[in-house]
Amino acid sequence: METKLSTAASQVEAPAGVHLPIYMDNHATTPLDPRVLEAMLPWLTTKFGNAASRNHSFGWEAEQAVDAAREQIAKLIGATAKEIIFTSGATESDNLAIKGIAEMYRERGKAIITQVTEHKAVLDTCKRLEKYGSRVTYLPVKADGTIDLEDLKRAIDDETVLVTIMAANNEIGVLQPIREIGRICHERGVLFHTDAVQAVGKVPFNVIDDFVDAASISAHKIYGPKGVGALYVRRRNPRVQIAPQIDGGGHERGMRSGTLNVPGIVGMGKACEIAHQEMVEEGLRLSTLRDRLKTKLESELDYVHVNGSMEHRLPGNLNMSFVYVEGESLLMGINDVAVSSGSACTSATLEPSYVLKALGLGDDVAHSSIRFGLGRFNTEAEVDYVAAKVIQVVRHLRELSPLYEMVKDGIDITKVQWAAH
Amino acid sequence: MAYSNKVMDHYNHPRNVGQLDKASAEVGTGLVGAPECGDVMRLQIRVNPETQVIEEAKFKTFGCGSAIASSSLATEWIKGRTVNDALSIKNTDIVKELSLPPVKIHCSVLAEDAIRAAIGDWRKKNNVAEIAPLSPEK
Repeated sequence: METKLSTAASQVEAPAGVHLPIYMDNHATTPLDPRVLEAMLPWLTTKFGNAASRNHSFGWEAEQAVDAAREQIAKLIGATAKEIIFTSGATESDNLAIKGIAEMYRERGKAIITQVTEHKAVLDTCKRLEKYGSRVTYLPVKADGTIDLEDLKRAIDDETVLVTIMAANNEIGVLQPIREIGRICHERGVLFHTDAVQAVGKVPFNVIDDFVDAASISAHKIYGPKGVGALYVRRRNPRVQIAPQIDGGGHERGMRSGTLNVPGIVGMGKACEIAHQEMVEEGLRLSTLRDRLKTKLESELDYVHVNGSMEHRLPGNLNMSFVYVEGESLLMGINDVAVSSGSACTSATLEPSYVLKALGLGDDVAHSSIRFGLGRFNTEAEVDYVAAKVIQVVRHLRELSPLYEMVKDGIDITKVQWAAH
Repeated sequence: MAYSNKVMDHYNHPRNVGQLDKASAEVGTGLVGAPECGDVMRLQIRVNPETQVIEEAKFKTFGCGSAIASSSLATEWIKGRTVNDALSIKNTDIVKELSLPPVKIHCSVLAEDAIRAAIGDWRKKNNVAEIAPLSPEK
């Protein structure tokens, strides 16, 4: 019996105004906002001074620009300029915060608490500290992706010096209850660091209201340049100290040596200023677009599943599994749309997404997941095109899928004996 | 990682998608892989009982583009061959034909396993033994 295949995805036409390829992977990185580029240009051309050059105007103007950027970043998160340390990016910020605090407070205790869906910059740093004698607790997450606050309370003991839990997850967009976590930590006298990379500038985040003692920020996730980030370190109530991880020259009050990336910093400042002004409106626009995408996909396809809580989620994130269709083959079919997948085939290590596994999803559901990351420059026309394309490709691949056929025939796949290789 | 043209071709125009009647004595079904691994291939053959020629082959695959291409290619290659002849297809032949990178070699292995599984199933159903090894010259 010959199966007549539906037409391949190439049949979907791009309407006027939609330029291919479409970028919808804004959790991986974001394009530079033109206003950010404009702000950076003088610092890449005529104003090239080293901000640490104390004795001439090239240095002074660079230093002023850096200070202005510090203010812009501080303002976005409710901090003071002195509490902002510049780094090469959030990975470095995470390393500096966790290692710096562990080292500085090692007499007080050696226990650290984190959770299983953290970014590798946090998880791998914790693993390294375990080698040096720290005891790390990795809290599980519930099916919706959030931690259980009771688990946290139980995990804190006399040895705990630091809790590090991300504000928003990069894969599933899920928001952790930061304010409650901060309050618990504050009450128990434990420091609270958060990897706030995906949250800052997108959802409300305030270091005072949220009882945050340290926070990592990345420029290239908020329409700023790559290669620059920041670490917020609290100076009051309590004053937090961190042991520097990079030595030489004593920049950033001794906490992070190295010549400052002035153009990058200026860009980051501008990006934060824009985010501060436009966050609410943009959040609304993005969640509307995201919901539109979700509704279209759900109305046309069966066996689709959103991964993680829809209620506590970044406005632009949609992580969806198209069950019985493998993620990489789906990406191949929508090859003029840039998104990513939790499938093993798309990872360098051939392991499926550990974040999706932590939600309790079966590997087969992790393998069929796609992460859509909507951003500032995505339009409704693009969303409609992407939805149409995804629907076509999923239908095409389901015609090729023995699993989908079995399910439609009423076979319970979980009962099948697979001859895995 | 860019896909080779042949992989894209099989992906966009897969050959021999479908199913054969599992219950028929002439049909052998091979189901290999597992959903947790992200790769499941079902390959079916209909064999002429007199000539042992594979007259029809069908596949369905849950897996990446390389897996789909490998199984599609497998059905193309085995059609028209005798059952014994089809067993001489090696995964390395598939790798070469599709220009699969090292990280995708396992897809070709699965396709080879699928061919063997389908043939094995047909043999079992029809009580056909494997070829006896050649006896040494006296």
